[in-house]
Amino acid sequence: MSCPDKFVEYMHDFLDEDIAPENERELRAHLQTCQACETHFKELKKAVAFVQSTAHVKAPDHFTAGVMAALPKERKKVEVNRWFKQHPFLAAASLFILLMGASILSTWNQEQQFSFSKQPNLIVEDDTVIVPEGEVVKGDIVVRNGKLKIEGEVQGDVTVINGEQYMASAGKVTGEISEVNEVFEWIWYHIKETAKSTVNLGEGDKQSLEP
Amino acid sequence: METIVNSRISQVLKGDQNAYGEIVELYKDKIFQLCYRMLGNRHEAEDIAQEAFIRAYINIHSFNQNKKFSSWIYRIATNLCIDRIRKKKPDYFLDAEVPGTDGLNMYSQIASETSLPEEELESLELQETVQKEIAKLPEKYRTVIVLKYIEELSLNEISEILDLPLGTVKTRMHRGREALRQQLRNV
Ligand SMILES: [Zn+2]
Repeated sequence: MSCPDKFVEYMHDFLDEDIAPENERELRAHLQTCQACETHFKELKKAVAFVQSTAHVKAPDHFTAGVMAALPKERKKVEVNRWFKQHPFLAAASLFILLMGASILSTWNQEQQFSFSKQPNLIVEDDTVIVPEGEVVKGDIVVRNGKLKIEGEVQGDVTVINGEQYMASAGKVTGEISEVNEVFEWIWYHIKETAKSTVNLGEGDKQSLEP
Repeated sequence: METIVNSRISQVLKGDQNAYGEIVELYKDKIFQLCYRMLGNRHEAEDIAQEAFIRAYINIHSFNQNKKFSSWIYRIATNLCIDRIRKKKPDYFLDAEVPGTDGLNMYSQIASETSLPEEELESLELQETVQKEIAKLPEKYRTVIVLKYIEELSLNEISEILDLPLGTVKTRMHRGREALRQQLRNV
């Protein structure tokens, strides 16, 4: 005996959950009376159930690590950038230590000596640096382990490390004045400077992975 | 889930490679499973699944974020599996059938390490049989059967993944089921 093909099609439509109600009624009625089609339908459902019964498998351990290791390297700057964004202070501090590293103590010792930035119109008397009255000193002035007397004008920042600064009434500084005294402050000052330049480095970089 | 994925993709596009790791975590099991059922071998499945994620990463700028990422990664993985099946040399095929290779190995390993109750042992054997019968299907039927009954995707999703009309997907599904019926009727 042979049944119309449509019944097998209805079976598949049924399994796809996409069967018209009248076709479903027709199929059910036929299955009641036809042994062959009933068996066919049962075997189809059994095959589907077998496939569905296979256990779910999971990706092996370290799968993600394997993928990540095989990706083309992202640009170094992006990596550095992300790290800085996540740890801005730590980044500055470690970069500072990295740069200053082993030489930090010798640097400190060396900086115990009197030193200053070398603008041509500065006058030096003993351990005092003088910005003479009527003179305009261009650029930032840094004085270490000494005094700074400002009688004229400074067009820039003034930093005195381990020292003091006096400002005469006629004295004028266009930038910021800061005094750094203890070792800790000295380190802090460097960290802040490093952080500033680090941030600048980060901001300058707007690259994406796209070529 | 798609929202999380899209925000991670935006991060990846900005150059943040780490964000991609989260995407891999979300889909690794599904993609690995697809490859495993398509290829019938764990080692190859891992290879191809990883390759799929690497390709997706490299081409991420061409992914349309208005679409589902899952469909996209499924598509890449499916195509890679089909390529691999087609490239398989006949002798390689024979190798894979020999006891001692992956699938059977896994079975015998589990069976010997633990003394399983009779029925669990039977179920493991059955699993092996089913896996083998799936592997015998021509790849275009295998693909739709695996996507539908193992990955549990809808016919519409499958049509999107394979970029085939719904009607074609249905026809393949019907033929795949008929083939499986023949193969599994006496199990
Ligand atoms: Zn009939």
